[in-house]
Amino acid sequence: MENTYSDKESIANVPTSLTTCDMLGAWKVRLGIGRMNYTVNPGLYSVGNPHRESPVLVSANYKLTFDILRKNLADLDCWLLILDTKGVNVWCAAGKGTFGTDELVHRIDSVGLSKVVNHRNLILPQLGAPGINAHEITARTGFSVTYGPVRADDIQAYIAEGYNATREMRRVKFTFTDRLVLTPMELVPAVKMSLPIMGVMLITNQFAKRPFGKSDIAAYAGAILTGSVITPLLLPYIPGKAFAWKGLVTGLMGTICILGASKGFKKENRLMSAGQLLLFPAFSSFLALNFTGATTYTSPSGVKKEMKRALPLIIGAGAVGAAIVLGSHFLGKGKK
Amino acid sequence: MAMTVKKQPSDRQHRYLKNVTTLTFDSEKCTGCGLCETVCPHSVFELNEGKLYLTNKDACIECGACALNCPTKALFVNPGTGCASAFIFGWLTDDEPACDCSGGGFC
Ligand code: SF4
Ligand code: SF4
Repeated sequence: MENTYSDKESIANVPTSLTTCDMLGAWKVRLGIGRMNYTVNPGLYSVGNPHRESPVLVSANYKLTFDILRKNLADLDCWLLILDTKGVNVWCAAGKGTFGTDELVHRIDSVGLSKVVNHRNLILPQLGAPGINAHEITARTGFSVTYGPVRADDIQAYIAEGYNATREMRRVKFTFTDRLVLTPMELVPAVKMSLPIMGVMLITNQFAKRPFGKSDIAAYAGAILTGSVITPLLLPYIPGKAFAWKGLVTGLMGTICILGASKGFKKENRLMSAGQLLLFPAFSSFLALNFTGATTYTSPSGVKKEMKRALPLIIGAGAVGAAIVLGSHFLGKGKK
Repeated sequence: MAMTVKKQPSDRQHRYLKNVTTLTFDSEKCTGCGLCETVCPHSVFELNEGKLYLTNKDACIECGACALNCPTKALFVNPGTGCASAFIFGWLTDDEPACDCSGGGFC
């Protein structure tokens, strides 16, 4: 893809509608199935029927990003300059520096953009700004940088307003739907992580006086659910600010409910229940802490601070809880 | 100040830890160009009559966009990603924190 585009015919035109295959692919990516190679070729593309004065939009070569963008460009005539971000979305790539000043300068040059358009203006997604030094781009290429809106579905409104983004368009949100779409990516690794734990339970059952049963599995599944699904979904409604705390709150409530429903508070079950009350909320808390990476409003300094406090507690409670649970099963405390 | 900013629902919803950001501002160097206000995804800045105010500093996520784009280096921030698993991975492998994210909502 390193050829220069001297005539318009050699520039690939992209449709603005998505096929079923595109949409299926998007879900596979979200569920973590073969998401590594979901890329488009970097380079210059045309949308609609652009001419030498048409705007140039810059984006990443992650196919999901590319699809969302082109879907929102219906009825527009423009150029798309796709940077090589190694198949990572704009925001994360900007943080890593692959959606960066050097790559943009290189791409402008390698596609011969100054021969394709007469103007010298680029529209970048606002979330690309952490990787781009706008003044350096102008100094090195002669192109000036305008930052567009955060979300692709605001692009039409942004252009209609004379390339003006409102404060709302400039702000990153984190709605219920945003969070819902992210939960499979939290759940899948948590379930994968559980396979060895299930193995330990099965092996323990060969020797234990009181084998693990349905109620234990329910309590365990409950912790996964509160940490990686319920906490993300109810995020702003759970009291507190730290994620580990939020996961602990939901985890405790979940474990208490399940224990209550399965005779967990009966005298003969108390020791094992105490172990579960340490172990499962700690696990839920850990899963919730991991959700910080998926959110749009956590700072590295904040996450570090919360980890320094929470991780020792999580590990301590988890270890003691696990020892009690295993011990009570081996020694047969509390038969049901 | 006569200016009242209407509270959006998102203003109230997500709040993270206070007083942690590494963001600093040197008003001496600021020309009031407003680029930081444009690039900030959490409305940390407000430009009023050519003067810049950090009205929402606790919302800063240390993405680094403002500092990188400021033409006069009036802003400083230690940039990074607020991702716990990236830190854990970084500590375990003695490497830079690496984030393996693939959310696609933002273009
Ligand atoms: S680092 Fe990012 S979030 Fe913080 S003030 Fe600068 S642009 Fe805004
Ligand atoms: S980008 Fe720099 S110079 Fe411009 S308003 Fe912000 S702090 Fe001031």
